[in-house]
Amino acid sequence: MNADSQPEERTIEVKAISRVEGEGKLYVKLQGESIEQVQLSIYEPPRFFESFLRGRQVHEVPDITARICGICPVAYQMSSCHALEKALGIAISPEIRLLRRLLYCGEWIESHCLHIYLLHAPDFLGYESGISMAVDHREAVERGLAMKKIGNQLVEILGGRAVHPINVTVGGFYRAPSVRDLKALLPRLEWGLEAALETVRWVSRFEFPDFPVPYELVSLKHPDEYPLSDGNVFSSAGLDVPVEEYETHFQETQLPHSTALYSARTPGDAFYLAGPLARLNNCYEQLLPTSKRALEESGLRFPLTNNFHSIVARAVEVVFAFEEAIRIVHSYQAELTPSRIPYEIRQGEGCHATEAPRGLLYHRYRIGEDPLIAEAKIVPPTAQNQGQIEADLREYLRQLLSLDDAAIAQKSEHMIRNYDPCISCATHFLQLTVDRGQDPASPKSE
Amino acid sequence: MAEKLRLAVFKFASCDGCQLSLLDCEDELLAIADAVEIAFFLEARSQQLAGPYDVGLVEGSITTEHDLARIQEVRKSCKTLVTIGACATTGGIQALRNWANVDEFIQQVYAHPEYIATLKTSTPASQHVKVDFELHGCPISKLQLVETLSALVRGKKPQTPSHSVCVECKKRGTVCVAVAQGIPCLGPLTQAGCGDLHMNRGAICPACNRECFGCFGPQEQVNGQSLMNHYQEQGAKPLHLVQLSRSFTGYAPPFRATSEALESGEEAP
Ligand code: SF4
Ligand code: SF4
Repeated sequence: MNADSQPEERTIEVKAISRVEGEGKLYVKLQGESIEQVQLSIYEPPRFFESFLRGRQVHEVPDITARICGICPVAYQMSSCHALEKALGIAISPEIRLLRRLLYCGEWIESHCLHIYLLHAPDFLGYESGISMAVDHREAVERGLAMKKIGNQLVEILGGRAVHPINVTVGGFYRAPSVRDLKALLPRLEWGLEAALETVRWVSRFEFPDFPVPYELVSLKHPDEYPLSDGNVFSSAGLDVPVEEYETHFQETQLPHSTALYSARTPGDAFYLAGPLARLNNCYEQLLPTSKRALEESGLRFPLTNNFHSIVARAVEVVFAFEEAIRIVHSYQAELTPSRIPYEIRQGEGCHATEAPRGLLYHRYRIGEDPLIAEAKIVPPTAQNQGQIEADLREYLRQLLSLDDAAIAQKSEHMIRNYDPCISCATHFLQLTVDRGQDPASPKSE
Repeated sequence: MAEKLRLAVFKFASCDGCQLSLLDCEDELLAIADAVEIAFFLEARSQQLAGPYDVGLVEGSITTEHDLARIQEVRKSCKTLVTIGACATTGGIQALRNWANVDEFIQQVYAHPEYIATLKTSTPASQHVKVDFELHGCPISKLQLVETLSALVRGKKPQTPSHSVCVECKKRGTVCVAVAQGIPCLGPLTQAGCGDLHMNRGAICPACNRECFGCFGPQEQVNGQSLMNHYQEQGAKPLHLVQLSRSFTGYAPPFRATSEALESGEEAP
C-alpha cells in the first residue's frame, strides 16, 4: 500500500433497508476518521397523492389518503377529516370525537406492537427478524402478536376493516359502532393492558447504546389529554401555536444532495424530532395513571434524549392506548346519534394535524367553488424526521468508526429503526437522477 | 423432510397495506413461518436469501423504469408469481396519473421537477410479465391470502370468489343502498371478497350504509355502462360517476371502459 497515502476511504452501503415500511437505502462515505457523506435515500417511487386529490369530491378524501400508508391509514383519515371539517365549518360532537380517539388507540396499538415486536426488538436481542426471534422468544412474540390483533380488532369494529377502514367519513362515521360489539372487547382490552405493562418491563431491560442528542422535540400538545387527534403544535424550543400556524414555522425543502423532501423549522432550517419520544417528553403529564406509572417504573429519566429509548416510549404509549381505550369503551353507553354530522359542501380552506404513531401528520385542503378539492398539502411524519435521522446517523457513526463495514451498516440500520420510519407514507419522497460520473456517491451507483 | 416452499415478497409502488396483511395474520404468522421458508421479505426480515423462489408475492404497481426492469427479474426468479392487491393487479390508486399529465403532477409538488424519474403510467404487473394468480382488494383479504398460501403449499390452485358484492349483501341481509337510498354503488360490478365470506360478513361498505367503490376490482364480465345509465337516470352527475368508477381499481379494463365512456358522453347501446 502506498506509504504517503491519504487516510483510508471507505464506503458503506445498505442497498435496501429492511424491517421498515417502504423502500429506502443508505449511503455512507468515510475518509479516515472523517464522515464525508451520509445519505438516507428514499427510492420509493412518487405516488402523487397531493396532485390527484385535486378535482376529487370531499367525501372521497379520507378513503384516498388512507392509501398513502397501509400501516397508519387511520392517521391519514383523521387528519383529512378534521381538516375538511374545518374547511366546511362543521363542528363534530364530543361523542364522535371520543370514538375517533378510540379508533386512533387501535391504530397506535397495532402499529406500535408491529414495530416493537417484529421490527425493532430483534435489533436489541441480536436477531435478523421477529420470525427468527420467535424461535427463542416465542412467548414474547406471541404476546406482541396478540396485542397487535386487539388493536386491529378495535379498528375493525369502528372502521369496518383493519387496513384502510371504510366507515370513517367527514363529519363522523357512516355507521355507529354497536355498544355490544365495543363492550365485548373489554376483557381483551384489559388483557392487553397487562400485556402492555409486561412489554414495558421487557423492553426496558434491553441494553441501550449511550447516545444523547439535544433534540428539538415537536408534537401536538393538548391541555387535558395525551395528544392523538388534536392539540397545539408544540416544541421543546418554545413554540406553542395553533395548527393554523404550522406552515409559518415549518417548511419542506428539497436539498441538493438528497432524494427526499425535508421538513425543517423556519427560520434556520434546523431539523427536529417528532414521534413517541417527542410526545412523551412534551406531554407526559397528560398520560393516564397506569401509563404514567409504567413510565416511572421503566427507569427512563427526563428529558428523554436518547432515541434508542423510543422503543420504551412506544411501549408506554401502548399502555396508554389500552388504558384510554378502556376508559372510552366504558363511557360508550348508548349508540352514537347522529353517527355523522350533516353538512353542505361549500368553498373553504382548513388544516389539521394529528399524531400518527410515527409523529405529527399535517394536512391542509382548499375546496374550490365547484366544490371539489382545489389544493391538498400533506406533510407525513417521515418527512418531518428525515433530516434528523441523517443528523443522528452522522453523530452515531463517530462511535462506530472502529467497527468493520458490516457492523457499521447493521448498527446504522438499527439507529434508523429507532424512528420506525414509514417510507411509503412519505408521499412525495422521490428518486433523484444523479450523474454518476460527477458524483461517485450517487445513491444510484449500484 | 421435504424441502419447504420458498416464499419471497416484493414491493413496488404501494402503501405496504397488502404485505402488512401477511403480518396481520397474527394467529397464523408463526405457523406460516414454520410451514414455508420466508426467503425474502424486506419489510419483515433482514435476511435476504437469493432466488430462485417457489412463490413470489408482488405488491405494488410499475411506475418507474427501474421497476420495469425489476419486475422482469422478479418473474425470472419465481416459479409461481402471485400479485397481491389492487396496485399490483390493476395499477392501484396511483394509476389516476394515467388519465392526467404527469409532468403537471410533478410540477405541482416539487421545487426541482427535473430530479424526478417516473413513468407516465402506473400499470399492473400482468401488463409486463406473466402472472399466475391475482389476489384482488385494496387491501387484500388476509383470509384469502392464507387460503392462497395453503393451496400453493399443497400444490393446488387457490380458490377465490368470482361473484359480485351484491350477492354478499343479499346473503348478509344488507338493505341495498342503491335501491333504498338512491346512492350510486359499484357493488353490481365488483368482485366479492372484502369481508369474511365464511362468517357471512361479506360486503362491508353497504353494511355501513355507504356505497361500494370497487376496491376489490371488477368482475370479469360486467356491463358498467348500463349501470351508469341507470344511475344517471336517477340524477347522478356524470363527473361523480366517473370518479366512483375511477378510484382504487379504476384502471382495470371494465372500470376503465366505464369511466372513459362516461367522460366522452357516450350512451350505452
Ligand atoms: S392495493 Fe391498496 S392496500 Fe394494497 S398496496 Fe395498493 S394501496 Fe395498499
Ligand atoms: S368498496 Fe366494495 S369491495 Fe371494497 S370494501 Fe367496500 S364493499 Fe367491499
